[in-house]
Amino acid sequence: MSKRALGVAAFASLAFAATACGGSDPAAPSAAPSGSAPASSPAAAGGGTLVIWADPNRVKALKPFADQFGTENGVSVEVKEISKDNQTVFLTASQQGSGPDVMVGAHDWIGNLVQNGAIDPVNLTEEQKSSFSPIAMKAVTFDGQVYGAPYAVENIALIRNTDLAPDAPASIDEMVKTGKKLKDDGKVEEILCLPVAQKGDAFHAYPIFASGGGALFGTTASGDPDPKKVLLGSEGSVKAFGKLKDLGEKGDGALKTSITNENYITSFAGKKCAFLISGPWAMTDVKKGGFGYDITPVPAFEGGEPATPFVGVQSFFVASKGKSKTLAQEFVTNYVTNKDVAKALYEADPRPPALTETLEEVKAADPDAGKFMDAGKDGMPMPAIPEMAAIWEPFGIAEAAVVKGGDPAKAAAAAQKSIDGALKN
Amino acid sequence: MAPDVPGTAEPAPRPRRESSSRPRRNLTTAFVVSRIAVLAVAAAILLYAVPPLAAAGSWFGLWVLGAATAVIGYLYLTRRFIPAKYLVPGTLFLIAFQIFPVLYTMTTAFTNFGDGHRGDKQAAVVAIETGSVRQAPGSPEYALTAALRGGELVFLLVDPDTKQARLGTAEGLEPLAGAQVGITGKVLSAPGLTVLKAPEAAARAKDISALSVPTPDGAIKANGLSRAVEGKAALVYEPACDCVRGEGGPWTADEGQGYFVNAAGEHLAQGWQVNVGFDNFARVLTNPTISGYFAGVFGWNVVFALASVAGTFALGMSVALALHHPRMRGTKIYRIAIVLPYAMPAFAMLLIWRDMFNRDFGLINQLFGLNVDWLGEPLTARFAVILVNLWLGFPYMFLVATGALQAIPRELTEAASIDGATPWKGFRKVTLPLLLVALTPLLISSFAFNFNNFNAIALTTDGGPFPAENPQVGATDLLITYTFRLAFGAGGAQFGFAAAVSVFIFAIVAVISATAFRRTRKQEEVYA
Repeated sequence: MSKRALGVAAFASLAFAATACGGSDPAAPSAAPSGSAPASSPAAAGGGTLVIWADPNRVKALKPFADQFGTENGVSVEVKEISKDNQTVFLTASQQGSGPDVMVGAHDWIGNLVQNGAIDPVNLTEEQKSSFSPIAMKAVTFDGQVYGAPYAVENIALIRNTDLAPDAPASIDEMVKTGKKLKDDGKVEEILCLPVAQKGDAFHAYPIFASGGGALFGTTASGDPDPKKVLLGSEGSVKAFGKLKDLGEKGDGALKTSITNENYITSFAGKKCAFLISGPWAMTDVKKGGFGYDITPVPAFEGGEPATPFVGVQSFFVASKGKSKTLAQEFVTNYVTNKDVAKALYEADPRPPALTETLEEVKAADPDAGKFMDAGKDGMPMPAIPEMAAIWEPFGIAEAAVVKGGDPAKAAAAAQKSIDGALKN
Repeated sequence: MAPDVPGTAEPAPRPRRESSSRPRRNLTTAFVVSRIAVLAVAAAILLYAVPPLAAAGSWFGLWVLGAATAVIGYLYLTRRFIPAKYLVPGTLFLIAFQIFPVLYTMTTAFTNFGDGHRGDKQAAVVAIETGSVRQAPGSPEYALTAALRGGELVFLLVDPDTKQARLGTAEGLEPLAGAQVGITGKVLSAPGLTVLKAPEAAARAKDISALSVPTPDGAIKANGLSRAVEGKAALVYEPACDCVRGEGGPWTADEGQGYFVNAAGEHLAQGWQVNVGFDNFARVLTNPTISGYFAGVFGWNVVFALASVAGTFALGMSVALALHHPRMRGTKIYRIAIVLPYAMPAFAMLLIWRDMFNRDFGLINQLFGLNVDWLGEPLTARFAVILVNLWLGFPYMFLVATGALQAIPRELTEAASIDGATPWKGFRKVTLPLLLVALTPLLISSFAFNFNNFNAIALTTDGGPFPAENPQVGATDLLITYTFRLAFGAGGAQFGFAAAVSVFIFAIVAVISATAFRRTRKQEEVYA
């Protein structure tokens, strides 16, 4: 009995060991296959393998093009789905040599990927560069080098229920006035649907903050954000936080911590508010609302600075530690910059394409894409410097604090201090 | 191996059994099967793990694996070492899943491992050099065709403006006569050269990326399979001075911080992992943003853990007592209902609770007609997270209390009531002490768990609410959520620092638990 139990126990534990070994490297989903593939398929057997990692939305759209690329070049192409923490997974896997050759991700990863030596510059011809929208090219340029081939541009805009508010507001002040009136008339429950939540939301608040005169970083000589000059505590930023406070819970009540990322789009779709500040990802829900809508740029304060939204650019990166770098360069620089690929990616996930030509084509069928693009035309590419990581949370907390009625000067100074502390400025 | 396998050696034990005074067990089928299975799995792991380890050149790993497999094989193929047969699997797992992670965490705490310092110095140098290669101003975007001259790989380069074809080799550029240039601007054929078709070129991708054609201003390198670019590295590493020369430099290697630094005190973005000694520990102790708030966070952390344990235990035990009553009916249904919160994924439940506490859209305010900003005020937020944790945790306490109650003989409480004790007195003097003897270790481990209950805070308040004048520490921050923010929020991922913090938290929890266990032992002596 005891020996039998021992045998069973040992077997179970070893079986567990086997599964644990298999499960202990979730960060490197393709560790074994990609690690052994190049070794087992020498040059003579074919052109090798190109491994592409993308998020679930992109995988389906990429597959046919990846296969076509594979056929044309006599290589096998593997598109792998990474669904969570893509940047971290990519970094960890790259470091241990089991990463992909091509990575799909947002341009604001670039700074961190570069400091970790995870991606190589991408050489685009002048002609290719000029085929992208200027803001997309600006976004993927870091420290004077282009690090990714852009394919989609996304930014937030003001989405308005035209049944409730037929005219686009010329300013934030006007928008709040209209919203208030609609609320007083009992037509809506909230003035504005913009997520603040208990910890703030720097991404959505930024256009209003910028219009109020706030800024995050100074600029270096080359025009990049300068991490040595954090401006969150500057006079302009204090004024901007003051404006956010005026719009907040103790003021107009347009900004509320109870409006969160989970409920702001559904509230708008449920006609609980006439104005929504969100991006292309909200459109599926908005269309389900069954009312007329229009998309315009986020308005500015009367007499204020322009309300520049953050612009995010989805890009293809060439992994430094990939095993088929030449193929990866070929794929990124000469293949995905193709307008058919851009169109297919748009169809898989409707975010405005970065290629101007494709955008024009898409605009005809889907005017929303063009409207979002216009709203982000003068936007600010999300800073790609690694130091941006230090901004998000203190900025958000300062925003939430002033929205709840806190002192703008104190909140701004505290945010500045905490960021400077983190960046060792 | 064959002679020792129990299955094949079956006839052997019998004569020995007669001669030996020690009783021998018969070999049952299950025994043979299980043993073969164990050895098969061990061998399978060996076969599975050897190729990747060998490919990675991890000889130490191979040695450990081989030794472990050999020990397992030897142990289970002999009849001796009975105790070892029990102990070895457990010990291996203890090493793999307890000792190794702890040692790894501790060694990481002495490094600056994190974003910007993930790899070694050589990798950083490669990244710095490749990242600094800039296209030579005004240089053409060559259309590239890879070709073979004899066995040597060469580049056939066409300047798109002049349509002039040239031959690029490791020696340099030379004119290429008689080349036929196609409509795509690429060389189709050239005398004496074998032009590689796309699949052939793809097969030689490694050679293509390795070939560098020197030019007066830098070098021409392939960019993919169909283009080549003339570029120059703006930064070049020189081993002689252990520095990087070029733009903004010289950048000298600083082994203390794992960066190349220049005279102005700036550093290149790409760093490498170095040993930083006790720096991370010193930072925990001396950084004013950590030490300044430590007492407050620690105090709330203890309150949170104690309230969670006391609350869940009190509620879980009360429910268990109620359902334990002999006249209680429908206990099965109640038990299922009560265990439900425990059966549902805590992750999703925490997010749902967070939304239920929303002031304007949350169920709680709507249900009670309140307008409380639950998670927005320090006191209500603290109350809310404890409440949520109570809801999530009491089914566990109910389960263990039910089990422990069934182990207490009913005669004891009956005897107490015959002796004239009120039910309350019977509970206080008989049931509760006996319950505590059984459950105290669980209460201590529950305390240790809740002390580090990252999810309960991160998914509900994420440490908030934060006062306007301090974005670093929120009212519901535990040590673990607070330090997680420090280690992973602001400066990217700082694994070294996070490891140092873990060591501190481990020490705190270990001291508290050890003290509690010591007290329990005394208590057990009283009641046992």
